[in-house]
Amino acid sequence: MHAPSISLLGKRFVICVPYTWLLLFFCLPFLILLYISLVDVGNDIAPFKPLWDSETGILKLKYENYLSIFRSGDGGGLFKTIYIEAFLLSIWYALCTALLCLVIAYPFSYFIATASPRVRPALLMMVMLPFWTSFLLRVYAWKGILADQGVLNQALIFLGLTNEPILMLYTNVSMLVGMTYVCLPFMILPLYANLVKMDFRLLEAAYDLGASPLKAFWLVTVPLSRTGIIAGFMLVFIPSLGEFVIPSLLGGPENIMIGRVVWDELFTSNNWPRASALAVIMIAVIIVPLAVYYHYTGESADARK
Amino acid sequence: MADKSEAEGYLVTEKLVKRFDEALAVDDVSLSIGKGEIFALLGSSGCGKSTLLRMLAGLENPTSGRILLGGQDMANLPPYDRPINMMFQSYALFPHLDVWENIAFGLKREGLPKAEIQQRVDEMLDLVQLGPFAKRKPHQLSGGQQQRVALARSLAKRPKLSLLDEPLGALDKKLREQTEFELVNIIEKVGVTCVMVTHDQEEAMTMANRIGIMSKGRVLQVGSPKEVYEHPANRFVADFIGNVNLFEGHLSVDEPDRCAAITGIGEILVGHGVSGTLNMPVAIAVRPEKMEISKERPPVDKNLFTGKVKEIAYFGSYNTYIVTAGDGTRVKITKANSSHEKLSDITWEDNVFFWWSDVAGIVLRD
Repeated sequence: MHAPSISLLGKRFVICVPYTWLLLFFCLPFLILLYISLVDVGNDIAPFKPLWDSETGILKLKYENYLSIFRSGDGGGLFKTIYIEAFLLSIWYALCTALLCLVIAYPFSYFIATASPRVRPALLMMVMLPFWTSFLLRVYAWKGILADQGVLNQALIFLGLTNEPILMLYTNVSMLVGMTYVCLPFMILPLYANLVKMDFRLLEAAYDLGASPLKAFWLVTVPLSRTGIIAGFMLVFIPSLGEFVIPSLLGGPENIMIGRVVWDELFTSNNWPRASALAVIMIAVIIVPLAVYYHYTGESADARK
Repeated sequence: MADKSEAEGYLVTEKLVKRFDEALAVDDVSLSIGKGEIFALLGSSGCGKSTLLRMLAGLENPTSGRILLGGQDMANLPPYDRPINMMFQSYALFPHLDVWENIAFGLKREGLPKAEIQQRVDEMLDLVQLGPFAKRKPHQLSGGQQQRVALARSLAKRPKLSLLDEPLGALDKKLREQTEFELVNIIEKVGVTCVMVTHDQEEAMTMANRIGIMSKGRVLQVGSPKEVYEHPANRFVADFIGNVNLFEGHLSVDEPDRCAAITGIGEILVGHGVSGTLNMPVAIAVRPEKMEISKERPPVDKNLFTGKVKEIAYFGSYNTYIVTAGDGTRVKITKANSSHEKLSDITWEDNVFFWWSDVAGIVLRD
């Protein structure tokens, strides 16, 4: 009777570890964030006031922090605030980044997955090699490439393809290039992990039944790599949504992303509650579609295993 | 069984060769298979039978040689343009599609109208008796059901040639025996010409009209199950199909209707002539079940030898005796257990007589 109870304890302990981690580093900070998002703005010393006013004994929930995000104070229309604008813009560019990554990463992953098992580790190593250099350094390197006097423009001028430098840096294009470049490994790795398990006899079966290679790819490979596509998409979309460094280093001044807005609220306006409210909304933007997706596909994904 | 001479020539391979780097996987294979025939390629793993099948399907390109189906050269057609469908080893069913969609996959590629696809898929589901399972995914089916889906999928397009790669290989033994007949019934009902690949001789013997025995990329003998069993063309075939005792020796008598060979256990008489010269090395093949064994001296004098029983194995319906002859040759003899009363007194280390009629042996030169 001893052995099973010990193994049960061990099991519980093993299960506890990730839950403790989640509790400490996700739930707790999130609750703090939620708390700050619901209180009044404070002063320079204490950036937010407590929820419970100890002098008057009144509980003050400031849901106006949220309201002000959706409705501007000067009587402007609903949803016509810089915050909503920044959200939509961020979602749009995060979607673009994820799609660009998918388009580039799919052939990349397919190539690695179909390469001979001997060279696969080397190819994967090459995907991860950029991680060995500082993230900031890599983003700055893109400045050197895309600037007016940068490598790319110099080369284009040298080749006679253009007379004067093309404006590339500090545009949406340079921002997307940077985000796509940084996020690419997060798309390649889950796709590779999925494609490498693919049974390529299924493609032969598809050819045999009359599907051309392109048709077979579309009807067999793509649907079977769906979980990899979704995982990669999420891994790219989520960090891209709140990305702050790349838009501020490579992006244009006219497009303010949500990461920048949160930064401004926090450090320029010193409005911690509103910054927190923005962060809470951003989490909701990410979690709600994820939850809906898993709710509807969780069952069939389990069955597929 | 179709008459061979008039049926041959529907599927023809001419000097088919497949070379992987330096290894010859398929070596100069010329076959002629009749319309409606079930032809089995039999051989151990690595003999090239699967490569040959894949060349027929178009999944491998021949290094040289031709494949003709109904007179049409298949060589330059990719697999998706060949009127040939294959049932893959371990089935290769599409895991993301249900049974109905798996069977309809090929029909949809043909661009048939929806109503016709529906009708053809229903027909196939009836044929393999999987109607109630149409909406199941492959992983929700048993091995036998998956096998039938694979068969239905490969027959749905009404191919001119159906290829079966180890069709029963993934099933357990009991189920395999039931399925052998079921599979033949379905194929004959559809009337499709069929080439199957198997390493299981029992499967090949039960299902095929003719068998081609392959070894090291070559087809060593083609014939009906009876032909290859009773008249193996060489040592490999004799040894591969069923059990056999091979007595190595030299030809000592060479007459038109009979011959003899001096072997380790003595002179063996064979009741058929052989083309060859005296003293050439030959092997005499005798099937264990064609031999007799007894403790009493039988009233015969031809092909009669003595030995000592070394091992006895009981298989239920028959017994196998391993007898060591005077020169140490181990001889395998099987006896049906219908006559057990007379045989049961044979036991280990008994001195026994064993003999066989002169029509039981076959002279093998290769």
